[in-house]
Amino acid sequence: MPGFLRNQKVRNALLQALFVAVVLIVVLGGWRNAQQTLEAQNMVSGFGFLNKSTGWDLTFSLLPTSSSDPYWWFFVVGILNTLFLGIIGLALATLIGGIIGIMRTLDNPVLNLLGRSYVDFFRNIPLILQVFFWYAVVTHLPSPREAATFGPLTMSSRGIYMPALNVGGWYLFAAGVAVLAAIILPFWVGRTRRIARPPEDRRGLVWAAFLGPLAAAIAIILIGRDPAEPLLSLPTLGGLNIRGGLRISPEFSAMLISIGIYGGAYIAEIVRGGFKAVGKGQTEAAHALGLTPLQSFFRIRLPLALRAMLPILANQYIWLIKATTMGIAIGFNDFFMIVAVTINQSGQTIEAIAILMAGFLAINLTLAAIFNRINKAIALKGNQLRS
Amino acid sequence: MSDTANHVPAAGPAAPSLARRLKRDYFRSPSQALVSVLGLGLFLWIIWTVANWAIFSAVFDGDASPEECRAASGACWTVIAQRWRIILFGLYPFEEQWRSALACVTVVAMVVLSCLPSFWTGKRLAAVWLVGTSLFYVLMKGGILGLPLIGEERWGGLALTLFIFVATCLIGFPLSIVLALLRRSELPIISKGIGLFIDAVRSLPLLSILFAFAVVVPFMLPQWLQAGKLYRVICGAALFFAAYQAEIIRGGMQGVATGQTEAAKSLGLGYWHRIGRIILPQAMRNALPATINQFVISFKETSLVIVVGFFEILASGNAAYGTGDWTFAYREVYAFIALIYFVFVFSLSRYGAYLERRMAVGEL
Repeated sequence: MPGFLRNQKVRNALLQALFVAVVLIVVLGGWRNAQQTLEAQNMVSGFGFLNKSTGWDLTFSLLPTSSSDPYWWFFVVGILNTLFLGIIGLALATLIGGIIGIMRTLDNPVLNLLGRSYVDFFRNIPLILQVFFWYAVVTHLPSPREAATFGPLTMSSRGIYMPALNVGGWYLFAAGVAVLAAIILPFWVGRTRRIARPPEDRRGLVWAAFLGPLAAAIAIILIGRDPAEPLLSLPTLGGLNIRGGLRISPEFSAMLISIGIYGGAYIAEIVRGGFKAVGKGQTEAAHALGLTPLQSFFRIRLPLALRAMLPILANQYIWLIKATTMGIAIGFNDFFMIVAVTINQSGQTIEAIAILMAGFLAINLTLAAIFNRINKAIALKGNQLRS
Repeated sequence: MSDTANHVPAAGPAAPSLARRLKRDYFRSPSQALVSVLGLGLFLWIIWTVANWAIFSAVFDGDASPEECRAASGACWTVIAQRWRIILFGLYPFEEQWRSALACVTVVAMVVLSCLPSFWTGKRLAAVWLVGTSLFYVLMKGGILGLPLIGEERWGGLALTLFIFVATCLIGFPLSIVLALLRRSELPIISKGIGLFIDAVRSLPLLSILFAFAVVVPFMLPQWLQAGKLYRVICGAALFFAAYQAEIIRGGMQGVATGQTEAAKSLGLGYWHRIGRIILPQAMRNALPATINQFVISFKETSLVIVVGFFEILASGNAAYGTGDWTFAYREVYAFIALIYFVFVFSLSRYGAYLERRMAVGEL
């Protein structure tokens, strides 16, 4: 070994230089090779294709689309579809998981057995198999003529129909945003430090923050309604198909059911773990203070358990959002599927994959940031522990 | 522990009678009793519905026609009797299917062997997995020992699923150790760079990585470096596995007391001895439950390769009911595949839980 290699600092610098060199060679070599391949196939690289029209149709989208829309618009719609499925799926999974998880913390052996069987069964079967299964179930429902009705729902192999508002797509979207604001704003107004008034005196402001967006939502719906039709459109059988109402496509319902059930099984375990992490002494102390079981649950155990499970829950949510990509297997138009079809149609492989990566990075980072904020907001502060 | 441990056994309270235990556990209060009865009713109803469908009203006759089957109110297991070869072996040539079956048995034997604590040394595990995988490969591919050659494009069903899983682990596990070591390197550029890489892989869906390896990598690599699509997809899955497993091993390494490294250094052990003899064995022990969990997850995730066009067990199941007269029998086919997955995944995860308990006892 030459003398200078025995010097630790020199060796470290050389090793790092070697590492950087290898990474550069791999990346640049890949890039060069990709360009050569593209040139050989006479394809233009770059993001110019984003403005071309796609020429294919989406079977599911929240916003109006047509085959003459450009690629960038499809990507936006795809991300919205992924988020829409993700958020509703996560809500459903959390609901199921919360119920099953709490069932398992109550010390009734029968409830325990039920919850445990549920978790063991659904956790041990791959999600994509469940997706295929529910898709087969939904598409094997009776044809529209013999559709089954459950209250307001009409279920047929073409999809599940439910009553809907007769309002244009964009207006409905705006109204949805307003409703979301009506849910979130009051909390923000009640807690933020940017308003000088102390939180006790903000009742009026909180109500305003709730009623304002709600009124806006109603106004948007009234403006956007189609005057020729009744405001509420009910699904009715007309000819061979069902008309009116909101159609939930079989792809969407299959994805929603599978993510809700499979995610629910995982979230149930997280919820159970969270409650297990709350010391027994807390329950006993609550009992000794004379709190009823319900009070002790909502005031002591649930808040403490939430703190314990939130970080793991955040990971699970991110995993479930990523799992929505399985929709491609049954043809749900999520972000990943639109990217995949784009690659097939336009050949802009690398650009489309880069967009896919950027999209998922953005979604994951946003989710992680939101959960960090929540985590910080509910973390026990020093004086809370003492007083 | 509890007070009862201090009692003389004869003086201790007698075990409560069955009726008393029932009352204590199930009928403590009227509301508890109501919940118990309703819950038990629900449980029995589910069991009855499933058993009635799967056994009592089911058709077990292997030669029943689709029409007879459709008329039955329960499951139609005829479709499994007639199509099980497609589901398990895919497009593998009929008269060679014993090889595929034997290969699957090899994998199961290999997994069982690596679950035995007497095989838990690096060398033995590596030997078991290398021998097992080569045996599997030779059996499936043939071309020597008088076995006809059967290319990977005709592999399918359970054997393909198992192959992808085994190959993913075999490539991914050593890779994960390398990544974890690099991530914990004291050289900032290397540890930051690898950290960035691991985080990037972890933030992407597995499907997009599989897709990228199947479709994009051919653009990036020169012709002579391009393996078949199957091997590229396995590399993608292995990379994904390694990124997650590296974080698990890193966690295990962080759980090893720093005094261990310092003691090893003061004994004059070099880096490789320190890592190989002192740190990694303890880190592996810490990381064992999470590692098994990761294996379970990656076994379930092999099913995703169906999306990039492989004929693994789920795809062959789709084919088994998707064509001809059996389109109505999707429940039976999916139940069959679900059962296969369930047996593998459930036994592995039970084993993981058992290990966790055993290790917890050892630490007391």
